[in-house]
Amino acid sequence: MPEISTASLPDIIFILLFFFMVVTVMRDTELKVENRLPRATELTKLVKKSLVSYIYIGRPTKKYAKLLGTAPRIQLNDGFYTKEDIGQFVATEREKLPENRQKFMIFALRIDKAVTMGIVSDVKTELRKADALKINYSALPRGDEGI
Amino acid sequence: MIRKRKSRGPNAINASSMADIAFLLLIFFLVTTTINVDKGIFIILPPWSEEEPEIAKINDRNTFVILLNSHDQLLVKGELMKVERLRENVIEFLENPYRKKTLSESPLKAVVSFKNDRATSYSAYIEVWNELKGAYIDLWNQESRRLYGVDYADLKGNKKEDKEKQKTIRKLYPMRISEAEPDNVTKAQ
Repeated sequence: MPEISTASLPDIIFILLFFFMVVTVMRDTELKVENRLPRATELTKLVKKSLVSYIYIGRPTKKYAKLLGTAPRIQLNDGFYTKEDIGQFVATEREKLPENRQKFMIFALRIDKAVTMGIVSDVKTELRKADALKINYSALPRGDEGI
Repeated sequence: MIRKRKSRGPNAINASSMADIAFLLLIFFLVTTTINVDKGIFIILPPWSEEEPEIAKINDRNTFVILLNSHDQLLVKGELMKVERLRENVIEFLENPYRKKTLSESPLKAVVSFKNDRATSYSAYIEVWNELKGAYIDLWNQESRRLYGVDYADLKGNKKEDKEKQKTIRKLYPMRISEAEPDNVTKAQ
């Protein structure tokens, strides 16, 4: 039996590699909270990534739960913060943008689906006070068959 | 004796380790990157004001009251409802095709009021918002097909006429959803 040539194996691996390089994004923040997004149908894409700032809300992951307990927490960039810090966070993110783009700033709220609304309402109130009115509740797509 | 040299031509480099290098790079990328989810329900919050917003009259026919309690139960206009029924009820309320006295006088006066409890789960909240947005989008699509022959969602080009058309449709059915401060019935986070 003639041997099967494995000379093209690296090519296959390269194709897979290029796929991952194109489709994925370098993770810049480590998620320290549980973040299972809910599912919804009326979704809009966030087009201009540069105008988007992320706020993560969820229960701390196992290794942080020992320190911080299991109540839902806010994570901004790489650390845990409280609702009072949101005003400052909005100002910092706003300063990163040029003047004429500042009013197009969007905040993407990546909230775990098991979180209760208390903390979410607090965050929304703080965002309103800081005049950050465009928000986006991140969600995964779902077909129409199930809710 | 003439030795025949088994010649491979100019010496070729052994390329069998190419696959290993490729595997290494692949594993690096798998570990350090994520496939970003960047879609969501887009909301514009009302501006903050120090005074209390005026409390809508509960039994006003132009107000569609939706309540979510801490057990994620949906109460619409005083009656329990399943979330699957919410979208069609909102559409009926806004359009009021049969001119029922209990539903809105006109879409221009209609307001949807939404209140939840601090202990309501976020997924139930998102489901309600999804249905509310869906109801308005369905109505806008309907009007857009009636007036312009295309769906509202297809008018998203950057041309000026498209934006004007979108504005006209939004003026016919303005999205007026007011959210109230959540209750704190049970001591919850």
